Amino acid sequence: METALKFPVLTPAMPEIIMLIGALAILMLDLIVRKKDFIALASLILAGLVAYNVFGAAGETFGGMFVADGYAMFFKLIFLVSLMLTILISIKYIEVERVNYGEYYSLALFSTLGMMIMASAGDLIVLYLGLELMALSTYVLAGFLKHSLRSNEAAVKYFLLGAFASAFLLFGISLTYGITGTTDIRAVAAYISENGLSENPVLLLSVILFSVAFSFKIAAAPFHMWAPDVYEGAPTSVTAFMSVGPKAAGFAVIGKVFLIAFASAKLSWVQVLIPVAILTMATGNILALMQTNIKRMLAYSSIAHAGYALLGIIAGGAEGMAGVMSYLMIYAFMNIGAFAIVILLRSEGFQGENISDLEGLSKTHPLYAALMLISMFSLTGIPPTAGFIGKFYIFVSAVNAGYTWLVVVAVIFSAISAYFYLRVVMYMYMREPKEEVRLTTSPAVNLALAISTAAVLLIGVLPSSVIDLAMYAAAGF
Amino acid sequence: MVPLEWYIWLATAVFAIGVAGFLTRRNIIIMFMSIELMLNAVNISLISFSYYLQDLRGHILSFFVITVAAAEAAIGLAIIISLFRNKATVHADEMNEMKG
Repeated sequence: METALKFPVLTPAMPEIIMLIGALAILMLDLIVRKKDFIALASLILAGLVAYNVFGAAGETFGGMFVADGYAMFFKLIFLVSLMLTILISIKYIEVERVNYGEYYSLALFSTLGMMIMASAGDLIVLYLGLELMALSTYVLAGFLKHSLRSNEAAVKYFLLGAFASAFLLFGISLTYGITGTTDIRAVAAYISENGLSENPVLLLSVILFSVAFSFKIAAAPFHMWAPDVYEGAPTSVTAFMSVGPKAAGFAVIGKVFLIAFASAKLSWVQVLIPVAILTMATGNILALMQTNIKRMLAYSSIAHAGYALLGIIAGGAEGMAGVMSYLMIYAFMNIGAFAIVILLRSEGFQGENISDLEGLSKTHPLYAALMLISMFSLTGIPPTAGFIGKFYIFVSAVNAGYTWLVVVAVIFSAISAYFYLRVVMYMYMREPKEEVRLTTSPAVNLALAISTAAVLLIGVLPSSVIDLAMYAAAGF
Repeated sequence: MVPLEWYIWLATAVFAIGVAGFLTRRNIIIMFMSIELMLNAVNISLISFSYYLQDLRGHILSFFVITVAAAEAAIGLAIIISLFRNKATVHADEMNEMKG
């Protein structure tokens, strides 16, 4: 006999459940274990275990509120890759910064759990909860250097603007619920197209509210003002994490809300996103030109990259979304590679955040200079690095969707960006070292650098490995 | 019966007050209070939609909003206190360590 009470099938949510239990266990483990390296190792193993489970978990559960499909799987891989690379570059760095506490790792795990829930959300309620779990953990991580005023300031700014943006998101959800009577993403889409609501002014208002909230999350202009300050003040390892994970998660939910829920209202949200994308590329690339702090420069660069990725969303469809997804995967590798070098520069009593600190690095540390060179080439988009492939597929999808003029604008800004990326290369290769630069190397950072550089070169030479996977994952759009 | 529009106008007005407060006030605690006001405006609209649609989802979401707001308050105040320990101020304009 069928009973009214049925226990939901947990298999699709297994990676998240393992992640949650593991993160809580690591929080407890911190009480017993003295050696923090062990906690880092446990977190790495947990992340690997979760990544292994991501492949096995397919289907939907909790009444369609949680969907584990190819799309979610691909994004979860991005989050887990960036989490693992972040853990590797953090181990030595948080020791140097004297904040070697175990909760650092569990906060990063909780933040990644939030992102995974966002990527799997089948309902706006779940989307909101995942977003808050990610954001609240990241606020704390940004302020992790308790005794540094800059870190405190970064956390306060990130917290205030992030909470402000979530309120906009909630108002957007509430209005969508009011018009359609549901919060299920696919049911919202069906209701809008069946009742011809795509021109509805309240729906338009809710599209604008969603755009504001998501622009904050991915640091798109004109809502990017927090990013440079937060990226500069936060611990460098956290900056590397923040510039990849939450940004990718932001794009995952943009894909869900705009390309699925509001698919039939595409004309209205494209008109909002086109100016946002142009403004984002302009502010990111132009303001990066005059930065002297490398973390700040990479912050503006990350703003500019959000602008390029938005082109894929504007293009829409499976091709556009696949472009965005492969771009984000590539961006994770090249950006964390660049931040790993910045982390190497930090040593006891030496901040190492100015671009001029890299002067003559090719003379003193030729290998690390070459790795930085590859990251910078990739961020510029020079073949045969992965950055070129990522940009290429996004631009092709935008041209195919009929936005050739937008691609021309993007290419011009991309050319401007060569100036500040190659300036770093110029400092490393064409200047004499002014003083002895001591790098804080460790096996873990070297491993992270090796993985990210290998991935950047491999994807650059064999793009089909990532592109095919992304095409398969985005097939539903 | 009070029409739905009145509730939605009330929610919109409270939300707008919250936005205006956040943008004009410079005391971090008051900015934080403005955010709470915005969240409660959303709750008003959710509950009224929920009542008029005779659907429980709005109620459920509003409970989640209240829970998350509590967590947000805990973390936000902790962050503000850790700032206050290093620099005795709650004024947003005095947070000027980084520029550019």
